[in-house]
Amino acid sequence: MTDHSEIDSVTGRATTGHEWDGIKELNTPLPRWWVTCFYLTIIWAIAYWVVYPAWPLISSNTTGLFGYSSRADVAVELANLEKIRGDKMVALGAASLTDIEKDPALLALARAKGKTVFGDNCAPCHGSGAAGAKGFPNLNDDDWLWGGTLEQIMQTIQFGARSGHAKTHEGQMLAFGKDGVLKPDEIVTVANYVRSLSGLPTRKGYDAAKGEKIFADNCVACHGDGGKGNQELGAPNLTDKIWLYGSDEAVLIETITNGRAGVMPAWEGRLDPATIKAMAVYVHSLGGGK
Amino acid sequence: MNKTVNPKDLTPVDDNAPLYAARKKVYPQSVSGTFRRIKWSLMAFCLGVYYFLPFVRWNRGLGAPSQAVLIDLPNSRFYFFFIELWPQEVYYFTGLLIIAAVALFLMNSIGGRIWCGYLCPQTVWTDLFYAVERLIEGDRRERMKKDRSSDPMKLERISEIVLKHSIWLLIAWWTGGAWVLYFNDAPTLVKELVTFQGPMIAYIWIGILTATTYLLAGYMREQVCTYMCPWPRIQAALTDEWALNVTYRYDRGEKRTSVKKAAELRALGQQVGDCVDCYQCVAVCPTGIDIRNGPQLECIQCGLCIDACDNVMTKIGRPKRLIGYDNDINIHRRQEGKAPIYRIVRARTVVYSTIIAAVGGIMIYVLATRTLLDINVLHDRNPVAVKLSDGSIRNAYTARLLNKSGHDRVIAIDIDGPANSIIHVVGADSVTPDRPMIVIPRDSTSELRLLVTAPAENNPEKSIPVRFHVTDIGLGEVASTTDNFVAP
Repeated sequence: MTDHSEIDSVTGRATTGHEWDGIKELNTPLPRWWVTCFYLTIIWAIAYWVVYPAWPLISSNTTGLFGYSSRADVAVELANLEKIRGDKMVALGAASLTDIEKDPALLALARAKGKTVFGDNCAPCHGSGAAGAKGFPNLNDDDWLWGGTLEQIMQTIQFGARSGHAKTHEGQMLAFGKDGVLKPDEIVTVANYVRSLSGLPTRKGYDAAKGEKIFADNCVACHGDGGKGNQELGAPNLTDKIWLYGSDEAVLIETITNGRAGVMPAWEGRLDPATIKAMAVYVHSLGGGK
Repeated sequence: MNKTVNPKDLTPVDDNAPLYAARKKVYPQSVSGTFRRIKWSLMAFCLGVYYFLPFVRWNRGLGAPSQAVLIDLPNSRFYFFFIELWPQEVYYFTGLLIIAAVALFLMNSIGGRIWCGYLCPQTVWTDLFYAVERLIEGDRRERMKKDRSSDPMKLERISEIVLKHSIWLLIAWWTGGAWVLYFNDAPTLVKELVTFQGPMIAYIWIGILTATTYLLAGYMREQVCTYMCPWPRIQAALTDEWALNVTYRYDRGEKRTSVKKAAELRALGQQVGDCVDCYQCVAVCPTGIDIRNGPQLECIQCGLCIDACDNVMTKIGRPKRLIGYDNDINIHRRQEGKAPIYRIVRARTVVYSTIIAAVGGIMIYVLATRTLLDINVLHDRNPVAVKLSDGSIRNAYTARLLNKSGHDRVIAIDIDGPANSIIHVVGADSVTPDRPMIVIPRDSTSELRLLVTAPAENNPEKSIPVRFHVTDIGLGEVASTTDNFVAP
């Protein structure tokens, strides 16, 4: 701020004394309205600090004059939303499972609700599209360990499998090798027999009659005659094309040797009944439901 | 006017001068003539359509709105007489916007800013407000005198001002009122509004439009055209030497002289201009310019100066159209003694007309072949395909069926996909096996989950196209769409 008195020869106006590459800046004061607005914004900013929560403190923040918080606003809005949805969820809770599937509005609600709840609770094991993974059933297909009717699906979601709940599904694949029931060569033979049940190729020189005999002596009790499975016990159908853990000989040998006991948690108590119902309808509508 | 400016000739800017030029108030004088009559008729037509269109009824049957033109925002529908548009058909508005823009270009290439002079809402409402002002406060001279007068306000003057603003506000209020009627059933809304039962948003919009109409037509007036509107700048870049602009024919007008002197000089056989410097063209101009200075940005091509000048020419016994729609080419041609030429059919007018015809044609074709039944299909992304226990492959799709008609439909869904494939709709039982049937209520959409299963022996090895057909069982109307059937 040295030379304020210099006058620009072309315009006859005072310059600020600043010069860049020979170009001098004219001193053009701001309009009054502009300056006024500028001061008003400063006052506004200070008022904002005072009225709204603004300053972070070490473990909290200033709360502002009226204790306003956008989080509280969200809570109120969510509560309102629940109130709006309340009637529909009540209707969902009251309707029978089959009625829900027959009513397009209820079906749409159950599917929408079921889908979000599925994403939050079931997707970690069954995948976001319920396509499953090794050991975790694909819920889109028509193969059901514990039954695929609406009621059966709902029961499985409610009480789980081997979950420790009083009403849970029980039953497990025994560890025939580890427990010494079958010898390793017998296990190989029966594994090949099981593969043959669903039309898969078998090892060269494998004795089919021996395999059938071992199967009849050890496996029929749960898997039934011809290996058709038993949903009461959660014993899979061994004649179909779907394999929960895979159909390789090595996988089958491991299954027969060490057994399997996958756990499905019980959701009763964690989700409310209407939500469980919605989820059952959603899973059923994925396409595999019987 | 390509004079080179010497910087030394410029007067230094006064430091105390204001940063903007103060507005010179314009007092347009009333005028009668051809162009004024055209302006009155167009004003009556435009305002008539705007104010009364919402009250035109159109029978669409029970449950559908019976208003001819209605923008139904809550239900996302647009009704225009026999046309009902859905949100996914907004491209019609794109077409309309293209036509509107090119029509402006076409108008510009034919007659300059004639849109501005005759049809622009700013012009129409300003003209109306001027008419009210003239009726109450008198014509140009009276108004100028009244504004200049430093007498203490007389009751008569105050009542004039109050009356003028009341009528202005009334017009502005009706303008806002008519606007909201396009968004709701007009008679019902009018009833609600007058009994103060109307929705708050309607009152807010009426308020906004009342305020903007009052300000823009009552106060801003020609300043909107000169300072706010981009069109004068754009049209300057679009216009060419053939466009018919309001032109002072200086070849005929100059040199200006008085009626008496002109008669004397003519008697002596001398060349005299027709312009008698009466300033009538300036007095009637709604933007307050002198057309004799040549084409200028402020000119909105309304032609009122033509009427004013014609009236004077008739009185002094000279031929009309000293000011008229013409171009510079013809002025020069006349000066060289050649006949003027007018060319409406030129490359640009042909191109503009072709674009308008093409877009209009496409829109009419699309509108005529528009289906009232439609299906959109989205393939499940996760999982894309599922293997069933018997080895067959199933794909799942989300389908949205649209029934744009005014009646409920029973539709059947068929597919052309992998051989012997079966389609199933979740939640729907079918009378006919493998041919699901659904009811879609009128004027609505239904979302369905479709499952397509290909038997094990016909499993496709790669992705193949699958076609979905929906058929109206009653009317036989069919809509189709294609997606893919994916192998795992």
